[in-house]
Amino acid sequence: MTRLTTGGALVLALFACLPGLAAAQAGDDTVKKIEEYRQALAGGNPAELWEARGEDLWKRKAGPRNASLEACDLGKGPGVVRGAYAELPRYFADTGRVMDLESRLVHCRMTLQGLTAAQARARPYGSGTDRSDNEALVAFITSESRGVKMNVPQSHPKEREAYQLGKKMFFFRGGPHDFSCATCHSESGKRIRLQDLPNLTEAKDAQRAYTTWPAYRVSQGELRTFQWRLFDCFRQQRFPELEFTSEASVALTTFLARNANGAEFNAPAIKR
Amino acid sequence: MADPMRIRAKIEGDKTVVRVLMAHEMETGQRRDSTGKVVPAHFIQEVTATHNGKTVLAAQWGPAISKNPYLQFQFAGAKAGEKIAIAWVDNKGDKRTDEATIAA
Amino acid sequence: MHQVDHARREALKQGSATAIFGLFVAAGLVRPGTAHAAWNQAAFSAKTVDAVVKGLGGASTAPTKDVNWGSTPEIAENGAVVPVSVTSNVPKTESISILVEKNPNALAATFTIPAGTDPTVSTRVKMGETSQVHALIKADGKYLVATREIKVTLGGCGG
Ligand code: HEC
Repeated sequence: MTRLTTGGALVLALFACLPGLAAAQAGDDTVKKIEEYRQALAGGNPAELWEARGEDLWKRKAGPRNASLEACDLGKGPGVVRGAYAELPRYFADTGRVMDLESRLVHCRMTLQGLTAAQARARPYGSGTDRSDNEALVAFITSESRGVKMNVPQSHPKEREAYQLGKKMFFFRGGPHDFSCATCHSESGKRIRLQDLPNLTEAKDAQRAYTTWPAYRVSQGELRTFQWRLFDCFRQQRFPELEFTSEASVALTTFLARNANGAEFNAPAIKR
Repeated sequence: MADPMRIRAKIEGDKTVVRVLMAHEMETGQRRDSTGKVVPAHFIQEVTATHNGKTVLAAQWGPAISKNPYLQFQFAGAKAGEKIAIAWVDNKGDKRTDEATIAA
Repeated sequence: MHQVDHARREALKQGSATAIFGLFVAAGLVRPGTAHAAWNQAAFSAKTVDAVVKGLGGASTAPTKDVNWGSTPEIAENGAVVPVSVTSNVPKTESISILVEKNPNALAATFTIPAGTDPTVSTRVKMGETSQVHALIKADGKYLVATREIKVTLGGCGG
């Protein structure tokens, strides 16, 4: 905590729930014991329940066309799921756009299953019994990249364009606090409460952050996707809502995913 | 209907180690929803594990078991390829039974 | 309550339990949620360790050191999910119960351990705040208890 700068203090002021801070000051022993807690949880990750439901949704015939998603091309050819997420977002010739996993799933649910755009985009994030098919599908597909090295391409001009746009967004300051992502995420060893604030401008943290989402959030009892993580940081930044599968969302994801290249993908994970 | 359980059963030494994840809200009956209404209690009350028709674990749970429950236990006398079945019943009478094959 | 229980046992003996039980439900004699099986209402609504032991059918407890807490952490980052692992080294262990002293109702779970099953269980419990957590072992008809404190940091506001 002593390393917190003025910027850090400002960051803290944003959080309504400061009591946890006291625990953070308890020092390294607490940090070590929290690590033991996290390890004890890793043995059985409820994210598996989402993976199983997602696999079922992937294989089950549904929609007006009564088709499964198994013919969906996630970038490595129709039906290839293994390793696909580690190479997303990427350019797709059939749509002429760079797409992340979520936009590609929306595309496949429309073209293969015959859903309308509104149906395919409905409920990106679930809550309790109001479940999200998107989250389950993402859990299944990402789990099929476990152990695969991140390898997000930058060969097509549109992929490079998306990366540059995402980078701009990351450093763009605005909103009532004049914050950018970088305000909270460009210093090493920064922490809020007991949470390490990853320095996303540095390879090691950027890699760990990207390769550990989706995650089962213990605090919510829900599986959350990387999309949700961005959505939530936009909210923390008091920025306008990050629209699901929008160009901005895909660009920011491209920037962060590409920066994780070379690291082994290791999710769905479990986080506090 | 509730989602299937995830059951992993594996021979480790002379024991079979069983790990189970169940999809359940485990509502305590003390939480309020966003409109301020109390969410009624809804939780698994009984869990039974059987192998070859014999009960190898029986449990009773209260609402203090975490959402999407996890359970691990181990027993002797099973062989790889045999089945283990887990069943639960909740306080509303909903129930679910799933089976897994014991892995070597 | 006793009468209902008795009537229900009779019904069960007669083998048409479901039909008769359904009748009771319709008559409002039993609530399907709480009485469909032998769920121990008394033990699960008890507030103290002693009351839980009574609810489970015991009289008194003695402390024991023959419990291994395995991977149970000393600090939980979030009280909604606290991993608890209990291994009893007490001979003839028949059941293992997990109690969280400061929860509204102390008893979280009770596991019956048949012969052939190791007296070791792992699960995850909810804790409202830092509390003593007890492993209550029934062995050879007697109740023994081992205790450890688990701190809850409630590390956040759910975001
Ligand atoms: C007000 C400070 C703040 C701002 C601004 C902010 N974040 Fe975050 N971010 C956080 C906090 C706090 C966490 C960790 C939350 C937790 O662990 O619960 C986090 C977590 C993350 C994570 C996940 C890290 C991990 O290891 O799990 C990513 C990725 C991320 N932020 C990206 C962004 C992006 C992209 C932006 C800009 C759109 C941004 N953040 C803006 C505070 C911020």
